[in-house]
Amino acid sequence: MAAVERQQWDVVVVGAGGAGLRAAIEARERGARTAVICKSLFGKAHTVMAEGGIAAAMANANENDSWQVHFRDTLRGGKFLNQWRMAELHAREAPDRVWELETWGALFDRTKDGRISQRNFGGHEYPRLAHVGDRTGLELIRTLQQKVVALQQEDHRATGDYESGLKVFQECTVTRVLKDGERVSGVFGYERETGRFLVLEAPAVVLATGGIGKSFKVTSNSWEYTGDGHALALLAGAPLVNMEFVQFHPTGMVWPPSVKGILVTESVRGDGGVLRNSEGKRFMFDYVPDVFKDKYAESEDEADRWYEDPDRNRRPPELLPRDEVARAINAEVKAGRGSPHGGVFLDVSTRMPAEVIRRRLPSMYHQFKELADVDITAEPMEVGPTCHYVMGGVAVDSDTAAARGVPGLYAAGEVAGGMHGSNRLGGNSLSDLLVFGRRAGWHAAEYAHGLADRRPPVDEAQVDTAAAEALRPFSAEGAGASAAGAGASTAGTGASAAGAGGEAGPPENPYTLHQELQQTMNDLVGIIRREGEMEQALRRLAELRVRARRAGVEGHRQFNPGWHLALDLRNMLLVSECVARAALERTESRGGHTREDHPAMDRAWRNVNLLCALADPAGGLAAADPTRAQIRLTRERTEPIRPDLLALFEKEELVKYLAEEELYE
Amino acid sequence: MSSYEARFKVWRGDARGGGLEDFTVEVNDGEVVLDIVHRLQATQAPDLAVRWNCKAGKCGSCSAEINGRPRLLCMTRMSVFDRAETITITPLRAFPVIRDLVTDVGFNYEKAREIPAFVPPAGAGPGEYRMFQQDVDRSQEFRKCIECFLCQDTCHVVRDHEENKRAFAGPRFLMRVAELDMHPLDAAAGAGLDRSRAAQDEHGLGYCNITKCCTEVCPEGIRITDNALIPLKERAVDRKYDPLVWLGSKIRRRPGA
Amino acid sequence: MATGTESPQQRGGVRTGTRAAITAPHLRTDRWWLAPACTAAGLLAFVVYSTWRAFADAHYYAAPYVSPFYSPCLAENCRAMRAGPNADLFGGWWGISPAIIILIFPLGFRLTCYYYRKAYYRAFWASPPACAVAEPHRSYTGESRFPLILQNVHRYFFYAALLVAGVLTYDTVLAFRDEHYRWGHMGLGTLVFLANIVLIWAYTLSCHSCRHIVGGKLKHFSKHPARYRAWQFVGRLNARHMQLAWASLLSVALADFYVYLVASGVFDDPRFF
Repeated sequence: MAAVERQQWDVVVVGAGGAGLRAAIEARERGARTAVICKSLFGKAHTVMAEGGIAAAMANANENDSWQVHFRDTLRGGKFLNQWRMAELHAREAPDRVWELETWGALFDRTKDGRISQRNFGGHEYPRLAHVGDRTGLELIRTLQQKVVALQQEDHRATGDYESGLKVFQECTVTRVLKDGERVSGVFGYERETGRFLVLEAPAVVLATGGIGKSFKVTSNSWEYTGDGHALALLAGAPLVNMEFVQFHPTGMVWPPSVKGILVTESVRGDGGVLRNSEGKRFMFDYVPDVFKDKYAESEDEADRWYEDPDRNRRPPELLPRDEVARAINAEVKAGRGSPHGGVFLDVSTRMPAEVIRRRLPSMYHQFKELADVDITAEPMEVGPTCHYVMGGVAVDSDTAAARGVPGLYAAGEVAGGMHGSNRLGGNSLSDLLVFGRRAGWHAAEYAHGLADRRPPVDEAQVDTAAAEALRPFSAEGAGASAAGAGASTAGTGASAAGAGGEAGPPENPYTLHQELQQTMNDLVGIIRREGEMEQALRRLAELRVRARRAGVEGHRQFNPGWHLALDLRNMLLVSECVARAALERTESRGGHTREDHPAMDRAWRNVNLLCALADPAGGLAAADPTRAQIRLTRERTEPIRPDLLALFEKEELVKYLAEEELYE
Repeated sequence: MSSYEARFKVWRGDARGGGLEDFTVEVNDGEVVLDIVHRLQATQAPDLAVRWNCKAGKCGSCSAEINGRPRLLCMTRMSVFDRAETITITPLRAFPVIRDLVTDVGFNYEKAREIPAFVPPAGAGPGEYRMFQQDVDRSQEFRKCIECFLCQDTCHVVRDHEENKRAFAGPRFLMRVAELDMHPLDAAAGAGLDRSRAAQDEHGLGYCNITKCCTEVCPEGIRITDNALIPLKERAVDRKYDPLVWLGSKIRRRPGA
Repeated sequence: MATGTESPQQRGGVRTGTRAAITAPHLRTDRWWLAPACTAAGLLAFVVYSTWRAFADAHYYAAPYVSPFYSPCLAENCRAMRAGPNADLFGGWWGISPAIIILIFPLGFRLTCYYYRKAYYRAFWASPPACAVAEPHRSYTGESRFPLILQNVHRYFFYAALLVAGVLTYDTVLAFRDEHYRWGHMGLGTLVFLANIVLIWAYTLSCHSCRHIVGGKLKHFSKHPARYRAWQFVGRLNARHMQLAWASLLSVALADFYVYLVASGVFDDPRFF
């Protein structure tokens, strides 16, 4: 089999965004030798795209803020489906995680008295987002990156080697988590630059790979977001939870086509931007749902007063949670009141002086000027919903971030599910990365130490299978023959190529397959969902899965993007099936899941989680047979919310969300 | 919506050699050069290697040279070119090539490690940091850097003189020194580290002849030369070449100045 | 700076073996040579003109105007200028044009100026000729060693330039006299001098060394509000340093040329009142 480079580490972190780096820092500080693997260059992770800020109840801007209020906002935003213990830990620990960044050199915008300035954001009762202009994600990733370097400098002073305790493998992709029985034994991957294979033996693996947006056509996500961690967890036997909840950010760019989907930060609205339809009407006033009626302004006057006097006025409806705003925009466009390029207008030009806009929203000004030739200080932006974030993800233990059922596997950040319930509030993502990144690193390190020298060995057969799976696209022309060859070495949880007969057909272009997948998910499992369309989507996904077996590539293994995409397709197809199946199953509308045929939120679904697992973990992927599902769905009742946390809410509010029996428990 | 066929020359090859290859590609309204590269991948050259990520000018991955000028592929609109023009795309020419448009930017990560990290102040724990906006403004400008390394690529000190790579950190990392030196709470001085002096002695500030190409190419519009490099040179002069300042500091010590 | 002028591939540069194999030293298609060519032409023109005028030792005073090239005039062979900037510090041994003594300072200020350095490194040394255009030098040490390490004396020339600007301000005040030294008059020359002194001050204060000295060296602006404001003011000027460098170069040459024209009798200074 192909040559494989092998190394031993205590903890391997897959992904070098906010969660991955925070996990790596924690693991290394707790004494674990830690490797970080990332698909891009170090410091380029998708976290840089986060604009608005980090939500943390530091109470710098409003002294009434506290972790309890933050917890409450988070649960409201998630429509009470959140894994409440995660939401609690998140709200409690976020301020410490932000302050810690300052001790590592981060420079947030300041208040007049020298503390960290906090800004308003959708769904947050008080100004709560620590920020740096509109480039907070960049500040976060750079600070963590520089902390990693600082730790490497420490190691260098101690050992003469920068990478003795903490090493970043940049531009490497993990394709398999390796296991010894139930337990994690390492990861298999390849270097993108050279195409060489890599096995990192480690008893603990932290998944921090981010989201799945690249399965959708219009998305704010970067190419890396192919659901790798989700798929790795599934293939390793860990379930995913609530994958039907996909957040469509209400404001993405809609024109020009090449930038369609790129994010327009929520701060535009937090700082005074308003949404108008083609008739010039601030339509959001018509879309305030009942559960939020008493929290949002009813007139433009009141809404406008709120920016100056938030204590005595209610907030403008433009700042409703993202799912509400996205649906409203969708409805306006459908009703024929959209902008020329199929969005609505987001206007700051009539709301603030040009100079203030340029100072408060520099990246947005820049982005529209450079990419769309639009001067946002003089004319409105055109915006529409864009696939932004997946609330669902690896089912984890709230306290330890350990994936269920697979000892040694951890997940943090967007790849982990539960924290945000059915819808994530803006700003809660960056704090999520830090809080649970740290927890994952901590517990992974502890688990690795606990094993001492009883580490799970790496199964050679699994390495061979993984290598065969990775090489498949190069021999796609003779698909049947090579599949049989690969199948011969399949054992245990390998990618079974068994039953690959009947795969006749021409090689497929991975780019074409990817485009068809994106179109399918966008059109049929998008922001508004219908039963028939989702069934159609599942059929198409099954066909694509079969065709993807024949995805072939030209050239060689050195930095070959066609090959990389062919391998990523497996992950996107798996994850897309999870989304579609779960969305079909949940017959209600809640947060990031909207069913046209079940438009109301149903309290009976409040305490139901949907778990996706691999249908046939022993047999690997049932790729060849389009009629067989790869994913099995199970329902699970959630743990009741702890009474002291429930007591943070008014009874009148709880009755809107909770099922009868939950209220009286 | 209007589209047209544009002519491109794209450098293809690897460390062993290569050359410019001709392509004719469809271009649509509002597209950027990266869109064209992606169309090439999807239709004509599936294994064309290019590094990219956010496609919104925020991550600094897709650095390359377009018509000989270092640019971000995702932030170069096709509309800036004449339709009849043949557009040349090459990898960054200051770094070793890996394949096609992808170069080995490891030099930059090595230099990043050579800059001593932020030194937290003693006596202020997490949550106790107090800094004023006017004191963080300068360093915040430098922290806008997306590490696209275009400044490192265009700087003739290393672009035209491979042998200087050992001694010269490059604009990006000299700016990092300036950022830390201007950080209101950095306690390096207390720990015996004089960042301005180190800029001159360890990181090759003297090699910079302030010809401002770094500022010209910066996609974030950071005024690297005026706000980071020259102030750093002046601070080095304070330490090393100015007897008046030395005398002044002997006569009256100004704490915290 | 650069020594030797062999072709760029000799010791690395863009044709170093590990880099993308492209033989052209650059692939720029725009007129990248235009800016350095204009810079070179402009600076050369000034050098030629100022050399002629500085060595001419004539036509530098036409009451009440004294050429900025000859002010202050520090030798015995200076023309007597009533209440003018005469200060015979050098005595009788100085035989050549007295302009040479004083011109060292503004010349040194401009020669070590961060903007002019960029301009002539690019235009005359081709180091680099333009961004991403390979420079023709075999090796490069920049300002890291002798002689270019001496560029670090810029701030001393700045201090001197402050004094010179002070004297030129005095000269401008004197320009509010008529040719008979009566106060309260103005001519076209007065306007030329006014424009020149404003530009000289703007250029001098916009200097990077000045920006550093007034506040840039501070770590905490919040503790020095007055210096912070001064730093901001100088910073705004500094953003225009290049434009001011050229404008003041032109204005000082024009002021001198104006004096030359009047002193040599080409035309009489038009008097307003």
